[in-house]
Amino acid sequence: MKNSKHHNAGEVEVTDRILHDHNHDGIDRRGFLKCMAWAGTGAFCVIKGGVLSSYSLGRFSEFEKHAAKGELSFVQISDSHMGFDKAANPDVVSTFKAAIDKINALQTPPAFILHTGDISHLSKPAEFDTVDQLLKTASAKDVFFVPGEHDVLNDDGKQYLERYGKGSQGAGWYSFDNKGVHFVGLVNVMNLKAGGLGSLGPEQLEWLERDVKHLSKSTPIVVFAHIPLWSVYPDWGWGTDDSAQALSYLKRFGSVTVLNGHIHQTMQKVEGNITFHTATSTAFPQPKPGQGPSPGPMKVPADQLRSLLGVTDVNYVQGRHALAVTDSDLV
Amino acid sequence: MKNKVWMFGMAMLTIVFWVGTTSRAYAAPADAKSGSETTVKIDNFSFSPATVTVPAGTTVRWTNADDIPHTIVSDDKSFKSKALDTDDQFTYTFTKPGTYTYFCGLHPKMTAKIVVQ
Repeated sequence: MKNSKHHNAGEVEVTDRILHDHNHDGIDRRGFLKCMAWAGTGAFCVIKGGVLSSYSLGRFSEFEKHAAKGELSFVQISDSHMGFDKAANPDVVSTFKAAIDKINALQTPPAFILHTGDISHLSKPAEFDTVDQLLKTASAKDVFFVPGEHDVLNDDGKQYLERYGKGSQGAGWYSFDNKGVHFVGLVNVMNLKAGGLGSLGPEQLEWLERDVKHLSKSTPIVVFAHIPLWSVYPDWGWGTDDSAQALSYLKRFGSVTVLNGHIHQTMQKVEGNITFHTATSTAFPQPKPGQGPSPGPMKVPADQLRSLLGVTDVNYVQGRHALAVTDSDLV
Repeated sequence: MKNKVWMFGMAMLTIVFWVGTTSRAYAAPADAKSGSETTVKIDNFSFSPATVTVPAGTTVRWTNADDIPHTIVSDDKSFKSKALDTDDQFTYTFTKPGTYTYFCGLHPKMTAKIVVQ
């Protein structure tokens, strides 16, 4: 069964469906890689129980009508950089509002929002206040945060902890459960060493090992942290020095989803039972690895900006192997 | 007797004062650059020049020309700037000779050094 076109009733055209299960584990890896290539051209990829479908459309609500409803759905937003006002986006408030509009347009409100950091641009109180105010207009009232390096400036993260660290440990790591899924928020932007990448540190790693130790391996795990927990592009600091140790504690689980930000573009990787995914920013895009002088804000023509910013919708269906992770831009 | 003691005291004071002023002059190197300033530019996620060699007593002024904030953190913890946004500056005066390696606390892959002679 390969590449059969078919039309659903209504306006959505399913352009491609792949069903290759060579490893007999319900995961279509080759199809997933092909789907990742499509995602770069603005298509949606949905993985449900190892079956991949791509949808060539640009709006959440239409997609939702034809997608199986997950038992748990939540949204990841990232890198709002409230306070940024340079050429790459002089109005990050508007694009953040557009992201919230996208979330609010979902027929089923997400259970909560995960913000994977760089909430503010300069750790200024007014910047955090603005994000908090804007989030109050979102359909999901619960928001879980992890800090980015821009959120812990000048005070070693003290203000971040006061605002968002309730119930967390150390620099702000914590875990919680929702509908049988175990969520872990990690902090990898503290105590960065010269020449290094992101860093989790021994205290947090020990906590993580204990935190997941007694969970059954069928518990779906979602880990979220700011800097990617895999080596996206070390030259630009896009990776975490000690993530391998963290991932070793998660290897035994049947379904692990790692959600990160920091790089301001979507990127995906599958490694065994672990699916890695990075989100776009709601503020400004950054160049692809190595395709620019530095990993800084990338200026694009004004009419292209919103197509490079976005939010990520994640759906979990009980009994299914992997979570469905879908990116949507702000157009 | 009192006069002699007083004159002796004044003489000592004068000597101490004279030694004090001249020793200050000798502490600073007799170099045209001493007490001067040198600039390091932060641009495109790099410090330039990456290595700066200066005499002791020089003030280094970092200026951020990037469109993203950076910080300056010395490896030996002797200096650390607040977050510098575009056009913000940070200065530090190096009085002791040595090699001071530093990096950006936000983007630790950015490394550089000041060599103080």
